[in-house]
Amino acid sequence: MGEGVGQSVHRLEDDRYLRGKGEFIADIRLAGMRDLAFVRSPVAHARILSVRKPEGAVFVAADLLGVQPIVAVSGLPGFKPSVQPVLASDKVRHVGEPIAVCVADSRAEAEDLAASVEVEFEELPAVVDMRAALTSPTKLHDHWDNNVFLETFFEVASERFAQPAPIVVHRKLRTARQCMSPLEGRGVVATWDRRLEQLLLYTSTQLPHIVRTGLAGCLGWDQARIRVVAPDVGGGFGYKGILLQEEVCAAWLARHLGHPVRWIEDRREQLTGNANCREHDYDLTVYAEADGTLIGIDADAVVDAGAYSAYPFSACLEAAQVASILPGPYTMQAYRCRTYSAATNKPPILPYRGVARAGVCFALEVALDAVARQAGLEPHEVRLRNLVAPERMPFENITNKYFDSGDYPQCMRRVIESIDLPAVRRRQAEATGAVRIGFGCAIFCEQAAHGTTVYAGWGIPMVPGFEQAVARMTPDGGLELRVGIQSHGQGLETTLAQVAHEVLGVPIASIRVVHGDTAFTPYSTGTWGSRCAVMAGGAVGTACREMAERIARIGAHLLQAPVDAVRVGGGVVSGPNGSVPIAEVARTWYLRPQDLPVDVSPGGLEVTAGYKPLRDSGTFSYAAHAAVVSVDTELGDIRILDYAICEDGGTLINPTIVDGQVIGGTAQGIGTALYEAMPYDASGQPLGSTLADYLLPGATEVPEPRIDHMATPSPLSMFGQKGIGEGGAIGPPAALANAVNDALAPLGVELTELPITPQRVLAALLAR
Amino acid sequence: MKPAAFEHARPTSLADAVALLRDGARVLAGGQSLGPMLNLRLVQPRMLVQVNRLPELCGVAADDAAVSIGACVTHAAIADGLVPDIGDGVLARVAEGIAYRAVRNRGTIGGSLCHADPAADWVTVLTALDAVVVLHGASGDRELGMADFVCGAFQTALMPGEILRAVRVPRLPSDARWGYEKACRKPGDFAHAMAAVLIRGEQRRAVIGALGGKSLLLEGEVASEAGALHALRSLEPVQRHMQVTVLRRAFAKAEA
Repeated sequence: MGEGVGQSVHRLEDDRYLRGKGEFIADIRLAGMRDLAFVRSPVAHARILSVRKPEGAVFVAADLLGVQPIVAVSGLPGFKPSVQPVLASDKVRHVGEPIAVCVADSRAEAEDLAASVEVEFEELPAVVDMRAALTSPTKLHDHWDNNVFLETFFEVASERFAQPAPIVVHRKLRTARQCMSPLEGRGVVATWDRRLEQLLLYTSTQLPHIVRTGLAGCLGWDQARIRVVAPDVGGGFGYKGILLQEEVCAAWLARHLGHPVRWIEDRREQLTGNANCREHDYDLTVYAEADGTLIGIDADAVVDAGAYSAYPFSACLEAAQVASILPGPYTMQAYRCRTYSAATNKPPILPYRGVARAGVCFALEVALDAVARQAGLEPHEVRLRNLVAPERMPFENITNKYFDSGDYPQCMRRVIESIDLPAVRRRQAEATGAVRIGFGCAIFCEQAAHGTTVYAGWGIPMVPGFEQAVARMTPDGGLELRVGIQSHGQGLETTLAQVAHEVLGVPIASIRVVHGDTAFTPYSTGTWGSRCAVMAGGAVGTACREMAERIARIGAHLLQAPVDAVRVGGGVVSGPNGSVPIAEVARTWYLRPQDLPVDVSPGGLEVTAGYKPLRDSGTFSYAAHAAVVSVDTELGDIRILDYAICEDGGTLINPTIVDGQVIGGTAQGIGTALYEAMPYDASGQPLGSTLADYLLPGATEVPEPRIDHMATPSPLSMFGQKGIGEGGAIGPPAALANAVNDALAPLGVELTELPITPQRVLAALLAR
Repeated sequence: MKPAAFEHARPTSLADAVALLRDGARVLAGGQSLGPMLNLRLVQPRMLVQVNRLPELCGVAADDAAVSIGACVTHAAIADGLVPDIGDGVLARVAEGIAYRAVRNRGTIGGSLCHADPAADWVTVLTALDAVVVLHGASGDRELGMADFVCGAFQTALMPGEILRAVRVPRLPSDARWGYEKACRKPGDFAHAMAAVLIRGEQRRAVIGALGGKSLLLEGEVASEAGALHALRSLEPVQRHMQVTVLRRAFAKAEA
């Protein structure tokens, strides 16, 4: 079996992971290292009147000389930036916000210190509900005129909404505030290297270069004074796509205390202080013809952005995307969307796997099922009537999204075939007792690897539409790849090696991918937004192609053949009269320079190359999800009986890894749909503080989905690959909500708020 | 999320353990509930007295009338059938449904009863089975029925200086019928509704748990759906509906 693009080779990193030999942040031990614990706000909104410190190493804002607050600006007009203190000193704006940092020999002793810090608060009314926040007299940020980071408005032909339509579906829909829950939480180890006069900061992050830039800004240090290393990272999902206050504190302390410090987040900190994603509220009207053909969508959406604009993605990435992606893969004549990024006394919102799309897909697809019911159509039929047709590719939709390729109707049909809808309908007809059966589906586009102009349009200025990689042959014929992205579970050490193998034929076992270290890798915004397969894959491919040319010139000389008569591939340089292994070329370059051609390029076998896709507009992967559920109408219990996915991720570099991405995302989507919610009381207190309160789906809740791949190559990327890291998480809330609603439709019940808990199902049934 | 400092004692006899139980000392058995509470600093005992290897608390005895289970017998041991059956495999089946295997491996029946979480399986099940707890203090043993032992949410009749030594579970008569049902959002998760019923001829006994306080014991005629609806009339409607559904299903199992 080959090892190149398209091969399901085993993951190179799994040997160390599966044997427990990885090095995660809490595995790092440094001599003299002491532990940090933070004093965090127990209240959601208050002025700090005083802080009384005990004896011992306790630091408050005034102690951290020279440290600047975190300010993350969106480039969108009208955006109001927040000032997020590294340690709060005048006001706290959410439960869990750090106020002081305590240093001790162990975490337990640091927590003892933290418990003895006395903070006096003057409590203020809390702004908890995002709709109420828009008009609340209580302001989070004193100098703002309202609690809105940003309002956006987009419309096309909206005068059409004034005319009557045969089908009008109006729905209010809501998704819950969630806690992203990677297996490994956040964590930081910081130490000052006296020889290099440089901070070495290990942090469990998705974007080491961005952390370095942000840190330098907050600390007022030269960036060269900071090296950031992301060791093995146990999951990110967006939770680690942020500059942390804890990172800034640890960096400052390591330099000023003269010993290493570490902070390892615990589950309680994560749950109580970091419920930071997904909370959307939609007021949505869909207009359609009697046959289900869409006329348009008119929407008003609020995203609960929390208290501050987090660095680097700002408070508005989510809401800004809502307006541009709500139409999904459908064609329509009219569209209007107003969005608000509301500031509330909750942790700052972060983009979570499937950024904005899980909520958007849920809102639109639930409404579309209502359209289907009114039109007397099966759910997939109303979608087939409106999906963009393959012959229109590439297609620019109503919000000017450029769909690069794909056959969406085929995707829908394939998933319906996979789930065997007629059989589901027969089974459903027989289940008329307490336990009902329902079918639901959803189709959506994922969009990935967007470039500069697209992100600038979402207000995020620093994202380049390109990426660099370094490729370097070693004297023994091995290949080192250095990339500025960071693999935190995606298997990039394997897939990037496969890309290099595709070009050069070097065995993947001889390829080392170096990532997650600002000292060794080209600057990069990191791993998020499903960008790495396209961007870093393209950069590695480009670097290896250039490497191949250099190898060819030396190889041709060794083969005594003209350069244009040789080709590199399969690990060798082949010419008309024989071949020479690439390893021999490397040996020659490094160890026997006397055998090189006199005009050899002195650039040698080390290449830094950049890659930019043919357009900035991104690759459009997409998927259709179909679910069959049972609903116990007496207890409200929901069981997933079957789950099928048809996914088009373009050319798959490693199909097994793609399946893993889809399955993992689906598990998280099931969490969004049925389990995960951090409720807040009226004073802004999060009501869950352990995983017994905040329910995550586990092995018994996640079925093994049947995954069908379409693999339509993208015309924009190097190998036709598309980003597919997030899609799994987008579909389940919509598909499962539709399935539950399908089961309960005969009883006159429809659920429009996530998660769909037994309590909500029963409350809806009892309210009839 | 690290506990505040505490002393740790591992006495080698029950008498020594009892002697240590003063001035803010607390018994530590399997630690499956106390451990998280310590870590969250919800409790900050001066001393933990670890008892789960005390031979006096780990034994099992059986006679014709009852099976006596030492307080520190684990849920896993019961689930694995290492404790004599009171009939129909009732205890093993209940034990198997408690939390997750990792919790069952360390969690103990006595620890669960003393913690008295309203949603704990044993609190409801052993009340329905009319079990008796044996409490040991400096002045010897005393016995209490389960219904008198658990007084409310996380509250028991244990006096300062007392340790739960064992629980004595009457054997099920051959003509008795048993049903147990609980509703959880995930297998192993805390139940949001639970009911256990025991029927023998005209005698009916039903216990409803997961009420946020003391379990509700219904005996005789009121041990019925209608009786529960009345007894739970002040409950929020969704929760009442779930509890009554679970009770109905427990009866259905018993009468199957």
